[in-house]
Amino acid sequence: MSAAVPAEGEVRDLSVEMPPARGRRRRWTSYILPVYSWLVLIYLLIPIAFMVIYSFNQSHSRLPQVNYKWEGFTTKWYQQWNGIPGLGDAFFLSIKLALATTIVAAIVGTLLALALVKYRFRGKGGVEQTMFTNIAAPEIVLGASLLGFFITLNVDRGFVTLLLAHVMFSIAYVTITVRARLSGYDLNVEWAAQDLGATPWVTFWKVTLPLIYPGIMAGALLAFALSIDDFVTSSFVAGNSTTFPLWVYAAVRVGIPPQVFVLGTVIFTAGVIVAAMNLVSQGRRKRQEEAARKKANEPDESVVDVEAEFNVGVR
Amino acid sequence: MTDEPVIDPSLLRGLTQSRFTRRDLFRYAGAAGGALGISAILAACGTKGIATGSAASGKPNANMGTAAWWAQQSEHKVLDFDNWPYYMDIGPNNSHPSLDEFTKKTGIKVNYTENIQDNPSYWTQHILPQLRAGQSQGHDIIVLTNNDYPLGYMLNFGWAIPLDHSAMPNFDKYASKLVTNPSWDPGNTYTMAWQSGYTLIAYNTKYVKGPINSVDVLWDPQYKGKIGMFGNASELGCVGLLALGKDPATSTPDDWTAAAAKLQEQKPLVRSYYDQDYIKALKAEDTWISMAWSGDIFQAGLQGYDTLQVAIPQEGVMFWTDNMLMPYTASNPKDAMVYMDYVYDPKVQAVIEDYNNYVCPVPSSKGIIATDLHDPAVANSPLVFPNSQMIAASKNYYQWKDAQDLKTWNDTFIPIFQ
Amino acid sequence: MERHVHPDLPVEPDEPPRRSRRRFQPAPYLLGAPAILWLAILFIVPLFTMLSLSLQTCDPNTYACTMTWNFGEFGNVISRYSDQLIRSIVYAGAATVIDLVIAFPLAYWIAFYGGRRKNFYLLMLLVPFFVSFVIRTTAWQFLLADQGPILGPLKSLHLLPQNYHVLATWIAVVAGMAYNYLPFTALPLYVALERIDRRVIEAAGDLYSNRTSVFMRVIFPLAIPGIFAAFLLTFVPAAGDFVNASILGGTNNTMIGNVIQQAFLVQNDYPAASALSAILMAAMLIGIFAYSKILGARTIEEYV
Repeated sequence: MSAAVPAEGEVRDLSVEMPPARGRRRRWTSYILPVYSWLVLIYLLIPIAFMVIYSFNQSHSRLPQVNYKWEGFTTKWYQQWNGIPGLGDAFFLSIKLALATTIVAAIVGTLLALALVKYRFRGKGGVEQTMFTNIAAPEIVLGASLLGFFITLNVDRGFVTLLLAHVMFSIAYVTITVRARLSGYDLNVEWAAQDLGATPWVTFWKVTLPLIYPGIMAGALLAFALSIDDFVTSSFVAGNSTTFPLWVYAAVRVGIPPQVFVLGTVIFTAGVIVAAMNLVSQGRRKRQEEAARKKANEPDESVVDVEAEFNVGVR
Repeated sequence: MTDEPVIDPSLLRGLTQSRFTRRDLFRYAGAAGGALGISAILAACGTKGIATGSAASGKPNANMGTAAWWAQQSEHKVLDFDNWPYYMDIGPNNSHPSLDEFTKKTGIKVNYTENIQDNPSYWTQHILPQLRAGQSQGHDIIVLTNNDYPLGYMLNFGWAIPLDHSAMPNFDKYASKLVTNPSWDPGNTYTMAWQSGYTLIAYNTKYVKGPINSVDVLWDPQYKGKIGMFGNASELGCVGLLALGKDPATSTPDDWTAAAAKLQEQKPLVRSYYDQDYIKALKAEDTWISMAWSGDIFQAGLQGYDTLQVAIPQEGVMFWTDNMLMPYTASNPKDAMVYMDYVYDPKVQAVIEDYNNYVCPVPSSKGIIATDLHDPAVANSPLVFPNSQMIAASKNYYQWKDAQDLKTWNDTFIPIFQ
Repeated sequence: MERHVHPDLPVEPDEPPRRSRRRFQPAPYLLGAPAILWLAILFIVPLFTMLSLSLQTCDPNTYACTMTWNFGEFGNVISRYSDQLIRSIVYAGAATVIDLVIAFPLAYWIAFYGGRRKNFYLLMLLVPFFVSFVIRTTAWQFLLADQGPILGPLKSLHLLPQNYHVLATWIAVVAGMAYNYLPFTALPLYVALERIDRRVIEAAGDLYSNRTSVFMRVIFPLAIPGIFAAFLLTFVPAAGDFVNASILGGTNNTMIGNVIQQAFLVQNDYPAASALSAILMAAMLIGIFAYSKILGARTIEEYV
């Protein structure tokens, strides 16, 4: 199973896992993985495609319901996007709530992840068990217990209680994700930075944060997805306000109006735009770095991501 | 580097090493002690009960609803009304025309919300925790159905404000007999109907040859795998009782056991026990024959699904009513009374009825819908304005005597679909 | 100063802390305070209050509950709902295994070959899940209908028997769960794979490993903690799921989540609902514990 010993003078190709350099013909097997991955990503999008397509479907019934039989293309639902009472408000409430949850949960969860990885302290095990239990707890129990709690304390149910509840169930996911990112790195870089004169604050901003930034983004994304789609817990603590999932779930009884598909398409498109912007900005940054490196005449390691360099600390 | 070892030494060490150190012992003992301590605190907690039964003086609404009390109430020109979705007419620009008319006529501004999705969850999330703590649940009028337990609990606990019978001229004059002095609220002490409906059988004429005369069609093996039933203990139980030829309103626990056995026989033929999305399965032709609500089938017909028809079996159809009532924490009871009676004006009801197409509580609206609103389809439908055949076939739900009775019913029927 | 060592290198178990040399560090408490307080006040306290209901006896007539230390409720509930408990574990397990199999190559590809497009792919992975689950499930109901756009053509081509159906079977439930929880599997796998030191792979290549060998002996073992985390983050919520069973399932597909919903909302049987929730959570925690022992992980918490 071992590869042949390279002959005298022959340079062994070290890039076993890297894509082959340009100009060389790729083995067909190297296409399997990308094709498979794209197929999975497309499969994830199938219901979304259905939603987008049918948001353009004509419907002649006097009731505002999605028509499951294709009857013609129309953009009128986009023009009347705010035509269903309560739906627009529910939509904006959900967006506000999800953004607020993401920001708060990302900050709080990251701080906890830092504490858990860098230090050993009394109660650490308890905190970790708590996070487990948080993920394992059925949502209906979370929701019901919170409602009882808020009523006992005579707290008015509304946006504030929704935010409190959403952050509560998001923290664990953010912490776990950031921690998974953090625990692989050699944090000697931090001490190295401080040896070089950086204050703890500067160290945090210039060294630690860029290191864990992908983990924070992944955790924040998870928190956003959890919050914008939460139904069970929200149904208990929303009080008189309605979130988008609550509204849609209630409307399913008679039939959801096409505006629901319209707003769903809007959310989806916004997400795609953010992804595309990220791609463009990454590309621009990459080109700048490549240009800088070429100027400094270093060998081009384009196959290795810049961030991977931090894997081994100071190069 | 050596040749590959059979087992990696670190893995071997990991598997065989003792993991339970003294520290762990202390940690777990401490946790257990802490848990016991918390539990001891919790042991002191229980939850206080709510007064029930006929001890009227103990109920929160004991001093409410008398003529003297109503005389003291005044209009605040504001009203919080919580209802089921799609029960109020929709107009251009997000408006509810009938509510705007009401505001124009009386000056009362209506905050209309649609938080009620089903009776039990609304009870558990929006009524019980708040009202037992004496806190407002946010609304002056709510709408509960008589085919489930929350309405009974509300009335039994004294959590509804008795109506002001001197302020109900429209109701007294125009309300249909079907909703006047109903079995679930004798004398309309607390409730006025919003809309009613029928639980009956719907079938797809493409696959099922009509006419259907009996609920036994739901037990027909030739439709195996294409039958839809409700995953709701009260509705399912009633169908089982009807299949045995019993009237649910007068049934006994022995009848329930027999009905449950019959429903168990049916189980291999059933495709699924649906909630409210049974209509999607019917439309998609996943089910050919199903328990259904009258309004949904009517609206499906308007949408172009003309192969879906309703069947009125000889054993009967269940007649349910969504009722308006005022929780005792309502802050605007007088405005609520004004609205509840306003809705029984035939002209007003015609507008609302034309939109939601369930069973109208005001028979006089029929003419108005046919002529002024130019909608003979709605006006002439027996599902909206019941004819004598429908009325004769209507059956009422069983009124549970107490919580134990309800528990027996639930324990009999819930295992079928759970 | 704390000693921070790369967790993948074999290390002796922790030495007990030497009290005399350890000074009190406020840093972790300050950093963790917001999260710990948040969870303590809004999660632990309400949760224990709720769970204590499992030991209480409630009068359904008056909703009065008194603490009777009724441990028998647990046995009662397990015997009544053993079917659903087992079914939940089986369905959630199946969905998790499917997700792991599907997500691993995907996470691998994004981590190793994503290059600068990694974040883009991650976003594309997650964006479908910003759209409400009701919409997604409605879409699947439409797509998987007996005569719908997928089964219809297959049936008219006689590739499937006419009465074949996917909806209202366990297949639809498991497929629905696998679909809905895929990002929870893919993200931790990605995070674990992405931080594998590339130079270790280079070193393996230097030592005459071919690609298969590199994968089986270097990459996969290093990814095991990620697989563990992915398994947890998928299996645990999936076991408590009720939406897929209620919308996509048939007559014998109800899961323990549905039972808890019913017990809570419809039957108002709080002791039973709380007991079931406690059992669900305890089963998860026990299972996690046992699984981590088998894996030989240092402490289970380190790898989640």
